[in-house]
Order: sequence, then C-alpha cells, then structure tokens
Amino acid sequence: MNSVLEIKDLKTYFKTPRGTAKAVDGVSFAIPKGGTFALVGESGCGKSMTALSVIQLVPEPAGYIAGGRVLLNGRDITGLTEREKRGIRGNNISMIFQEPMTSLNPVLTIGEQIMEAITLHQGKTRKEAREAAIEMLGRVKLPDPASLLSAYPHSLSGGMRQRVMIAIALSCRPDLLIADEPTTALDVTIQAQIIDLIDELKRETSTAVLLITHNMALVYTHAETVGVMYAGKIVELAPTKTLFRNPMHPYTVKLLRSIPGQEKRGLKLDTISGAVPPATSYPVGCRFSGRCPREMEGCSGIEPPLVECSPLHSVACHLHDAEFMSKPYSRPLRHEPDVLPPLAVPHGEKEALLEVKGLKTYYPIRKGLFKRVAVHLKAVDGIDLTVRKGSTLALVGESGCGKTTAGKSIIQLIRPTEGNIIFEGSDLTTLSEKGLRPFRSRMQIIFQDPYSSLNPRLTVKETIEEGIKALNPGLAKKAREEKIAWTLDRVGLGPEAMLRYPHEFSGGQRQRVGIARALAVDPEFIVCDEAVSALDVSVQAQILNLLKSIQRDFGLSFLFITHDLGVVEYIADEVAVMYEGRIVEQGPTEEIFSNPKDAYTKRLLEAVPKIDASLLSSWKLP
Amino acid sequence: MTGLENPPLGRYEQDKTMPVILATDLITFFLVGAIVYFIIASRKDGSLKAVRRELARNRLAVVCMAFLAFYVAVALLDSVRYRDAVIGDDGVPALSEGGSVIYSPEALSLLDRALSGMRTRTEKTYSAPFATHSYAKESMEGAGVTIVRGYPPLKYPRTHWLGTDRVGNDVLFIALKGVRTGVVIGAGTTLVIIPFAIFFGVIAGFYGGAIDDIVQYIYTTLSSIPGVLLIVAFMLLFGSSGYQGGLVSDVHLVWRAFVLNDRLFWLCVILGITSWTDLCRLIRGETLKLRELEYVQASKAFGAGRLSIIYRHIVPNVMHLVLITFVLQFSGLVLAEAILSYIGIGVGPETGSWGNMINTARLELSREPVVWWNLLAAFGAMFALVLPANIFGDAVRDALDPRLRYR
Repeated sequence: MNSVLEIKDLKTYFKTPRGTAKAVDGVSFAIPKGGTFALVGESGCGKSMTALSVIQLVPEPAGYIAGGRVLLNGRDITGLTEREKRGIRGNNISMIFQEPMTSLNPVLTIGEQIMEAITLHQGKTRKEAREAAIEMLGRVKLPDPASLLSAYPHSLSGGMRQRVMIAIALSCRPDLLIADEPTTALDVTIQAQIIDLIDELKRETSTAVLLITHNMALVYTHAETVGVMYAGKIVELAPTKTLFRNPMHPYTVKLLRSIPGQEKRGLKLDTISGAVPPATSYPVGCRFSGRCPREMEGCSGIEPPLVECSPLHSVACHLHDAEFMSKPYSRPLRHEPDVLPPLAVPHGEKEALLEVKGLKTYYPIRKGLFKRVAVHLKAVDGIDLTVRKGSTLALVGESGCGKTTAGKSIIQLIRPTEGNIIFEGSDLTTLSEKGLRPFRSRMQIIFQDPYSSLNPRLTVKETIEEGIKALNPGLAKKAREEKIAWTLDRVGLGPEAMLRYPHEFSGGQRQRVGIARALAVDPEFIVCDEAVSALDVSVQAQILNLLKSIQRDFGLSFLFITHDLGVVEYIADEVAVMYEGRIVEQGPTEEIFSNPKDAYTKRLLEAVPKIDASLLSSWKLP
Repeated sequence: MTGLENPPLGRYEQDKTMPVILATDLITFFLVGAIVYFIIASRKDGSLKAVRRELARNRLAVVCMAFLAFYVAVALLDSVRYRDAVIGDDGVPALSEGGSVIYSPEALSLLDRALSGMRTRTEKTYSAPFATHSYAKESMEGAGVTIVRGYPPLKYPRTHWLGTDRVGNDVLFIALKGVRTGVVIGAGTTLVIIPFAIFFGVIAGFYGGAIDDIVQYIYTTLSSIPGVLLIVAFMLLFGSSGYQGGLVSDVHLVWRAFVLNDRLFWLCVILGITSWTDLCRLIRGETLKLRELEYVQASKAFGAGRLSIIYRHIVPNVMHLVLITFVLQFSGLVLAEAILSYIGIGVGPETGSWGNMINTARLELSREPVVWWNLLAAFGAMFALVLPANIFGDAVRDALDPRLRYR
C-alpha cells in the first residue's frame, strides 16, 4: 500500500468514425514513492494516452476512460468531479512535456508562470510565492533566479526553458511527476543534465516519476522498472536490470536489437516487419502476431495474458506458457534466424569525391529603418571536409552549431559566403545556377521530417517524377515510369504506391519516398540531414539498413548530419564534430569514439546515456 | 433607291434582332464556360475526376450545387439579350433615313421574354402575395354614382406569388432579375481579386526582399484609404456615365452591339481593387512558410526553376485560402452592393438588384400596414445563394485536399 500511483486495468477508448479506438486497453502497473517507472514502445502504442489518463486529461468528448481505476495514494481519481481533478493536477500530479518551446506562455514572465502554480495550489501570498519561486529556480540550477523572474520565455534557451518547466512542475512538491519525452527535443549534452536534474530532485522530494520515452539507453540508466507497451497493452514488465539482462518478449528483444551502435557495424540492424496495428482493429489473439519472429499457429487466435514468469518479471507471450507450448497449435508458423545478416560496405577506393575548403556561410542581420546589415550571423565559419567515394562522413554537433547550413551550402541550396567546394575537379561555388545543373543530379538531399518533405498535393509518382523531368527532360514517358517503378522497388515500396498521396503512408514509408526521390536522379553524393532522427527506433533501423544497402550497391557517398551518436557509430566511416560553426575534431569513427581529444567531443560522448556493452550483443530471441 | 425599296428578304430576316452584350455579360459567360470546362476536363483528367467523385459523394454538396446551378442558369438566361427591330405599319422593319434598320431601345433578355407574363402583368401599386385586392385603399366608383373607399380588386388576382411593389411590378420577377446582379458581383469581383492576390502574394512571399517591400507598400497603402471613399471616387470618375440598366441608347453602344461602359462592371472592378489586399496578405504569409518547407528545398536541389516551383508547390498549397476567402467574401460583396446602391453609387435603379430592394424596404417597413414581402424576397433570394455557396465552397475545399480523401 506504499504505491503513490497504482493503475488497475485502465482502459481509455476513443470514438472514431471507424469504430472504437482502444488506445489504452487494460494496463496495470504501480509506482512506489520515489521510484521511476518507464513506459517504452513504438509511437502509436498508447504511451502518451496512458499518461494523459493518469492526469485525467483525456481529450474529451471523443476520448473517455472506459474502465479500470487510477489510484493516487490509494484514492481512485477516475470518478472525481472536474473541480476535484483540478485540485489534484499540479498539486499531486505534475507533467512536463516534450516541447519546451511551446509549453511556456510567451506573453507571461517566468515569475508569473511559476507563481501562478504556487499561489493556486498552496494558498501562499504573493510574497511567499515569490520566495518559493526563487528557491525552485535555484534548485533547478538556473543562474541568478531572482532576476530571471521578470524574464520572458523567448530570452531563454531550450534547456533553460525545460528547467523552468521542471521548476513549475515540482513547485508544489507533487507526489507524481509525469515526464513525456522530456529530453527528446533537447541537445545531447543538455539531455543528460535535464534527466540528472529530474533524478536529483526526485531523490530530494521522493516524488514518483512516470517516464515516457523511446530512448532505451535513458531507460537503462534512469528507471527502476520498465513497462514495454504494444498496441494498448503492456507486454513485458520487469525491473530495468532484469529486463535488459533477459528480455523475454520477442517484441522487447526486437526493439532492443534495432538500436544502432558500434557493436553492430557491418551487420544488418534487426527490424520489425509491418507496423503497429491501428487502435480500431487489433488482431484477435496476440496483438504482436503477424509481426512476431516466433509466431506459432495458435498465436493469432488466443490472446496471451500478462503473467509473472520469474519473480517480478511479467510477460504476455505464449512462448513462456508451458501449457500452450504443450498443445498442437504451438507449431511454429515463422522462425526467423537469430543471427543478424552481414551488411558491409566494401572500402576499396578511398579517393576524394568532394572537398570542402574554408567554407563560410554568413547570414546578414539587418537592422534599422533602412535595413542596413548590422552584423553577420556566422552559421558556418570556415570548415574543411573531405567526402570519399563510397563512404560515409558524419557531421555531428548540437542544434544551432551550423551543421544543417553546412550541408545545404555544400550542395549549393544556400550559396556560401566564402570558400571552395570541389566536386570531382569543379569548384561549385564559382558556377552559376545554370552551370550547376549538370551537378544537381549528382548531389541530392534527404530531409529529417517525413511530413514536411513531401508536397501533400502531389502523388508519389509526381513527386519522384519532378526530379527526372528537371534533370533528364529527354526521357520518354514510358522510360520515366519504368524508372520510377524501379526506384520505388529499390526502396521497398510497390508500384501501387505511385498513385497514392503522402498522407496515406506512415512516417517510415514517407521517408522511403524521400529517399526514392533523391535516388531517382542517380546521384553520387547524398546529404542525409537528420534523415532518421524523427523516426521510431524500429523504423530507423529499416531506413539505416536501406541507406547502407543502397551505398553498397551503387557506391554512393553520404554526408550524414545527425546528433544521434549511436547512428554515427553504426554507419559512419569518418566523423567531423562541429561546434559553433567550426569543426573541432575530425577523424575515423573508431578513433574519435575511443580516444576523443577535443574538450567538446569529450563532453558530447560522456553525455550520451549508454547501455552496458556486454549486454548489447547478448540479446537473443526466445 | 431601287435596292432599298426592294431589298433582298434575307437581309430583313437577318436583322430583325440585334444582340446587346454588356461587359458584365462576359463575366457570366466566363463563369459558365469555366463550369463547362471543368465538367469536360473532369471526364479525362484523373485528379479532377477524383474531385468530382468526391463532390458527388457529398449529398449536401449536391443539393447546394443544384441551388447554385439554378442561380447560374437564371443569370445566364438574363445575360443573353437582344433588341427587336421596330416593325412599321406595313409589317416590315422600319428604316432610318440612312437606310439602316431601327431597333427598339429595349434590350430584353431571354429571361424577360420567358417570363413576359410576369413582367407585363403589373398592378397599380402594392399587393400582398396571392392577394385578390390591392393593399392600399382607394376611392372607387360604387354601385351607381356613389364613390366608396375600399380595396380595389387586382387586374391579375392570385398571380403574384410574392406580391407587387410600389409601382405594381411583380416582386418575384424583380427578385429573379436580382440574381444576375448578385452572381455577377460575386463572380466578377472574385475574378479581379484572385489574380491580383495570388500574383502579388506569391511573388512577395517567394522572392522577398525589394519585391516584398513594394507589394507590402502597395497593399498597406490601399488598405489605409477608407474603402468607401475610394469606391465613391472611383465610381464618380468612371461609373457615373456608364450604362445603368433599362433602355439602351447609342451613347453606350460600341460596334452596334457592345456596351463596354457598364456601371455594374466598374462596380466589380472597384470592389475587387479594394478587397484583394486581405487575401494577398494571407497568401504572402502562407508562401513565406511554404518556401522554407523541405519539399520546396528538394525541388531546388533538382535545379527546378522558380516558376515551376511556384506553379507546382506554392500555388496548389495556397488554394484553400483562396476558396475560404472567396466564400467568406461572397456574402459581403452582395451586401456591399446593397450599401453602395443605398448611397447612390451602386447599380442604377433600373437594374434589378437585391440591394435596391432592401433600400426600398427601408421605407416600406416604416409604413403602416407594413409591406414585408419585398424585404423577404430579397432576403430569401440572397440566403438561398449565400448559404449554398458557403457549404459548397467548404465541400470543394475538402474535395481538393487529397489528405481528406479515402476516409
């Protein structure tokens, strides 16, 4: 009875035109005082909806709690009136959101926003609230808290805003803190500070934390208990160390094995075929059936209950059910091999394809009535890079360090201020837009956001066709269509995708369309601008495999712009670390990761949460 | 003279009628032409076919479409007009001294001719819908030589569905005559607004810099001048000498058949000029957002030309703004016509318009007993145009958006 939060068989449903969407469908777990419980899983599995159900903020009237109980300190809060719920929110349960840029009101000062929470719930006077606010800002380690009270959110960086959010959330000393992807939108170095801060405050105030994330390493280092969620249900529940040492559900194993990293270099990443089923039409039996690598004949008909297999370790899978396994329907339907197939890119030739010398890109900042150029924003301030044929160069750094600008300057989407870009002997910076045309088909770009990178009003065929038409106008219609079909096939989409619109695809499929668009003009060099950052781990693995196989087959060169060091370790041959517009360190991947020399590189590498190396290659399918 | 005394028969036959084409008729023809083009094109083109199928599936949109089709048909019938030759006593067309055929100054449209009964059956003054007797008391000759006060019987009892107005014209007929004015104001003004707004909005947002400054300067200046003032000045300058409806005189005719100086046309132009700025501002903002999106960047990486990017990626993605603004402004434009007619610079009193009807209703509502049917007719006619136009506009916007299909 010492649980702060206890959820029993919680069901949150949504009414949709296509039927009832069972976003959360019978979830039970408990968080003790001062404990951290992590919910992990692909997007669309109901993690965030579980959190919103706990704080009683399910979007009404479409969504409603269809069953189950949410006990806060032993008291059921599902049946409370709106007034009583408001008393609980902020006071007993607080929440921090993913996006620090939009979760603070831009027209109110920091002080007003913190003091609002304190005066509302604790009945303190303004003077007392002010003191409490200063104290809280100091506790989240913000410099000069007294003067910060009168600052507006826009003058704070993302990390500082997230600290303010934490200060607001913890100002009433809640019993439970819900952190929904609290670090996803932040830079690697700041991520670590924020999560450590939450940990520290949790220990001081013995607040319980419900952490929602898709970052497995973060779970490993900061959570005590993990619930793996799939299609509205918890499929595996265990103490963190137990789960990572011995994952029992095939879904958990697959999820863990799709994380890219050093130890998987030269191998194909594990992927989960298919997609999470829509919440309106789950399979009858096990919801993972159809995607499971160990599916048995009876799986799609019988639903496995969540049972405790070993102490504290519960799994919902027939593989661990002796009675099921003794029945005739336990014959395996599918049995994927346990070893990851190799996917290595040969490194024969090492000659340079593209050389960047002293690249500078400045943005003028205009001021005053006549818009004179007052200062220059030095986005890229003199960088040298060499991209070799058939290899991958990774450009890493935090947001705002100029890495995207550098990528766009290299392929001349932004004309650089100074410097030379030598592409097989020709200096691109000296060419006119017309002179650049022959090079346009040889250099392409893949973007981060699979949603804004495709024109919603063009079909996939029209999207891919645009490049072929612009760069190879002589091609006949028939040949063009064959080319599009071939490209789509190469990225793993069927020819039926041609006439469909982007919104009919999932995020991963859209990213494939984006890759097909670039691939259709036969490029030699592709800039991947955070191309896998917005994707789920399992989808990210598929796209990384795809990129690597394309590189192997066509000898492409990649400039991989990312902030995800796991991806870099997995895919890059060389790394360049960028900081404030300059490159601080550059070299082969292994060397940089094992022996960083620059202070910033060291800081960056230390900040990344890591899973024990011994565990990384030990995960086996049950 | 022999030739004129005995002219070939065919010439008379040919010249018995003379078409009159107003500048605003061209707007109606253009509108009808665009509709016909869409129907024909949607049989071949795959994406237009999808739009048509999507519209046909939406039952409410089909009902609204029927309303709109009725309005457009009435407007079209009322836009095809011709003058008859004046027939002399001898049964052949009268000739002028110069030897040309003389035409009646009255240019009757197909609608006028089709509803000639309704048009010509006029009463003396007000009568209520379906009434048998006049609405106003009169002194009449009673039995014998006595004079009695009473309601005189109507010449055409029970034929006026919506009653008659002050001078005894059938109100239903006048309301139908207002359809053309309403449709022309809505469509004509939009035809002026859309090219201006899209062109300036897109180039300002897409190219930025000096072009953006100039466009912003133009529309800020335009919108800082009070609209009514601008319209009054413009109408006094151009519109006052224009054709105001009614009889056609030689002053207005160009090449014997065209009336280019049409007051209603100038009204469309000036309403367009004063109201494109709002849409332009919206489109500029949207373009600013769109040009930074990644699919535009990807297009640039293909070396695609700027015009092709504007045509393929920018314009289709601002069309929803155009439709929403058009639908929202449509009712405003019909009302603007009423207001301008009230201050005497709108359409002429002889052009049937809902604005004129509402203006006369002002006095009718303050008399006792109240004459309500004139206002009701104008209100009903406007309502049955504006509401379906709103709903249909929404349906078209949804049908054009591939994201909303296949639900």
